[in-house]
Amino acid sequence: MDTMDFSFTRQAAAFLIVCSCLCVSAEVSTPAGVTLLPPVQPENGPQSYPNAKKSNLPVFTINYSRIQIPFEITLWMLLASFAKVGFHVYHKITIWVPESCLLISIGLIVGGIMYSVHEEPPAVLSNSVFFLYILPPMVLESGYFMPTRPFFENIGTVFWFAVVGTLWNSIGIGISLFGICQIEAFGVQDINLQENLLFASIISAVDPVAVLTVFEDVSVNEQLYIVVFGECLFNDAVTVVLYNMFSFVAEMPVVEPVDVFLGMARFLVVGLGGMGFGILFGFVASFTTRFTSKVREIEPLFIFMYSYLAYLVAELFAISSIMAIVCCALTMKYYVEENVSQRSCTTIRHVVKMLSSISETVIFFFLGVVTITTEHEWNWGYLLFTLLFAFIWRSLGVLVLIPIINPFRTIPLNLKDQFGLAYGGLRGAISFALAFTLPESIVRKHLFVTATIAVILFTVFLQGISIRPLIELINVRRTNRKEDLINVEIHRRMMEHTMTGIEDICGQWSHFYWKDKFMKFNNRFLRRILIRDSRPESGIVALYKKLELQNAMEILDSVSGDISSAPAIVSLHEEKKGSAKPMKKFLAKDLNNMHNILSKNMYSIRQRTVAYTNKHALPNESQNREILIRRHSSIRRSFRPGSFQSTKVPKSQKYFSLPPGQSLGSKFPSARQSYADDHEATSEVGYPLRLPQSNHPRCSTSGAVMPLHRLNTLNEFPSVEVLNEKSPSHSASQDSSLPDCHFSTNNNSSADDLRNEEGEEQRPLPPSPALVAEPRNNTHGNPLLRRPQWNQKK
Amino acid sequence: MIRKENLENIPALAENPIKNQIIEAFFDKRNQHGNEVGSFQEIGFEQFVMVMSHFRPPNLKTTKEEKQEMRKEKLRFLFNMHDTDGDGIITLQEYRKVVEELLSNSGAMDQDAAHEIADAAMLEVASTNVPQMSPEDHYEGITFQHFEQILKDLEMETRMFIRFLDVDTTTMHCGKATS
Repeated sequence: MDTMDFSFTRQAAAFLIVCSCLCVSAEVSTPAGVTLLPPVQPENGPQSYPNAKKSNLPVFTINYSRIQIPFEITLWMLLASFAKVGFHVYHKITIWVPESCLLISIGLIVGGIMYSVHEEPPAVLSNSVFFLYILPPMVLESGYFMPTRPFFENIGTVFWFAVVGTLWNSIGIGISLFGICQIEAFGVQDINLQENLLFASIISAVDPVAVLTVFEDVSVNEQLYIVVFGECLFNDAVTVVLYNMFSFVAEMPVVEPVDVFLGMARFLVVGLGGMGFGILFGFVASFTTRFTSKVREIEPLFIFMYSYLAYLVAELFAISSIMAIVCCALTMKYYVEENVSQRSCTTIRHVVKMLSSISETVIFFFLGVVTITTEHEWNWGYLLFTLLFAFIWRSLGVLVLIPIINPFRTIPLNLKDQFGLAYGGLRGAISFALAFTLPESIVRKHLFVTATIAVILFTVFLQGISIRPLIELINVRRTNRKEDLINVEIHRRMMEHTMTGIEDICGQWSHFYWKDKFMKFNNRFLRRILIRDSRPESGIVALYKKLELQNAMEILDSVSGDISSAPAIVSLHEEKKGSAKPMKKFLAKDLNNMHNILSKNMYSIRQRTVAYTNKHALPNESQNREILIRRHSSIRRSFRPGSFQSTKVPKSQKYFSLPPGQSLGSKFPSARQSYADDHEATSEVGYPLRLPQSNHPRCSTSGAVMPLHRLNTLNEFPSVEVLNEKSPSHSASQDSSLPDCHFSTNNNSSADDLRNEEGEEQRPLPPSPALVAEPRNNTHGNPLLRRPQWNQKK
Repeated sequence: MIRKENLENIPALAENPIKNQIIEAFFDKRNQHGNEVGSFQEIGFEQFVMVMSHFRPPNLKTTKEEKQEMRKEKLRFLFNMHDTDGDGIITLQEYRKVVEELLSNSGAMDQDAAHEIADAAMLEVASTNVPQMSPEDHYEGITFQHFEQILKDLEMETRMFIRFLDVDTTTMHCGKATS
């Protein structure tokens, strides 16, 4: 495999080089958009095309200028994407080195090539291009995939840290740099306070994309993750506002105190206005998608257009467009994902990710290229002090601000979290773009650009690469990836309702009360208006459906993946129990039956989820209900092989005689030996059921349990054949036990019309002969309900 | 002294799906940190405060052991809410009842589905805590240990607490007339 990887790497590298050469040559050969048509020389010179006067029909022409701009854009994007593809070929790299580093490195290489060919990089990074085309997808992705529940739980900390922290950073760095500028030795005395502040606001834009990836991989605790995530997002908004403010101020000759107040007022207007616009557009988008059931193909378009529109309108009024687009995405996501079809939902997610990935790639790539090709103004003192202050002020900010907010948090951020927070302050795309698009009126623009690039490179490379081992070393508190358990969800709901009730009793309104009020408002008004089919669905039911779907998928995978291996697994399990029985392969008829049952069950599950999103398209709701009932009864039926055996007196008595503390597993061999030979066949039905559990110890519990019972429905059939082949003499007793079979079926299923059908399917089922003797009066086939029965037996 | 009718008359509580369980919890003797079972007919202020003490928020000074204790208290409170007959075990019937009530707010929920969900939840608990159980064996109900085990990943500190931010002792009338 190593050689294969290596050859892939070589191929990829070769491909990359070829493409970059192509790119560069395309650049070189067409400087400044001159076409490749040969220049027409003056009359007395030799003409290269002798028949220029006659001008025949040209057979083959090249018209580069026509396509130049889209062509170059596409080539650059492709090149950057190839770089990205190239890294993942050798996957070990991406674990240790964050992607942004790699992209910058490739950019550096390409920049080096271009520099050596004396070529200019395309003027992609103008102000408008960056802020109108490249930034929105990145921010949209952050907003769309923000985990909402942890965000709202930690919203205070996030805003506190993003807003006040950024202000702290900017002002601190600005003032200290201004102080440094006064020292004559560095020769930067001409930079005044406003320009320093402007530069500081550029520098304080944090972009912890790399850090977030590391955090996710290491699965740090949720609070730290969401604080870093939220800070990244809202810090962009604050930085851009500060930047605009300071660049305006930098051009003013005198700053008066009233300007400071105006600045603060403007800040509020910008922030809240952005949020307002975003929410407004989000609602409009949700409302629109309510009516798009007939035009599913263009549903994703609405999402993108509305969020982009929110961005542009916010830019129109010069309020925070980042806040607008983030709030739009947050609002939209909740309602739109219920209105659109499943495919549109997937498409939206995918396209959002794709666009943001492109933007990011292009930005970092250009960072590398521009590093080499721009003219730098290098000033050791200023640069070093910038780096130093950036780091110091961020650490100070974390150390001061977090303990202030910790008492208000229920889970305080401890020192290790704070270290992660401080160290994760990488700078990135936004800083670069802001620096690059500084107005030319700033005298020391090149110094600023150089300093910014230096800070970015330093933080991305050094901190980005070292954060992973450091986080693992100091052992930041991790989150245990809780698997979705129905119990957890149920109790979460219960706690919320309990807390709401208690708050009502005490008359003390706190965030549970408000949350409850909001949910009620949501259900009563917003959902009715914005969602097409607005049955309020409890989160419990949603989770349950999701888990069922997962289980069904698992069954499908495990069964249809490799049918022939199933007997092998079963026999393996048998050997563990100490009795090797030759198992028959599943016969073709059983396979068909299995597939039928599976497809019916799967079909019903899919119907349920589709029915939720699009009630009006469902042809026949009663059919849906029938399928649902059929599935319920099949689950109930699945308990029956177990329940058949349990009603035998010796077995249940054995359970009672189990001394406390002993695990039930130890009882199995003895229990099995109590059966006669033909019983063993039926007990074999029981044991293979636990295969999924033994094979996947770390599966989610519900995932382990449900296939347990579903596989029951499948294994019922093969065991039929097994039993029939092994014990032909018992066919008579099987027939006699049929009424009991029906009787038990009648107990279980709840739909009349299906009982007969199910009964027919069960006729070949193996009820154990001893079943006939046992009356079954109050069981539902559910092991959990047999408690009263046991009390009677006692 | 408060009776159940007094609590039921609170209008905002009427919309709460598990209103009855909550009211019961105040009158439940098991929540008094004693060893009694059964329920009161009416409670006084001390009992009220004892029940409210389950919702103390942790502050920066609580040690880890204290936090464990508080978590256990909260879990015990929830457990008592489920276990209405006081035998220390949540049976399927009791669990089903709770799920039905929880989902009653969502409307359009038939009983079957609620039972399904409760069954699935019980199976989860069973399979997590008693992994060697064969399908014919019987799982009587959730004991407190199992309850703790299955909810060990649930974060309770951020959810189950009340902060009395503006408790002004001059305006509060305590149970004793003089204060």
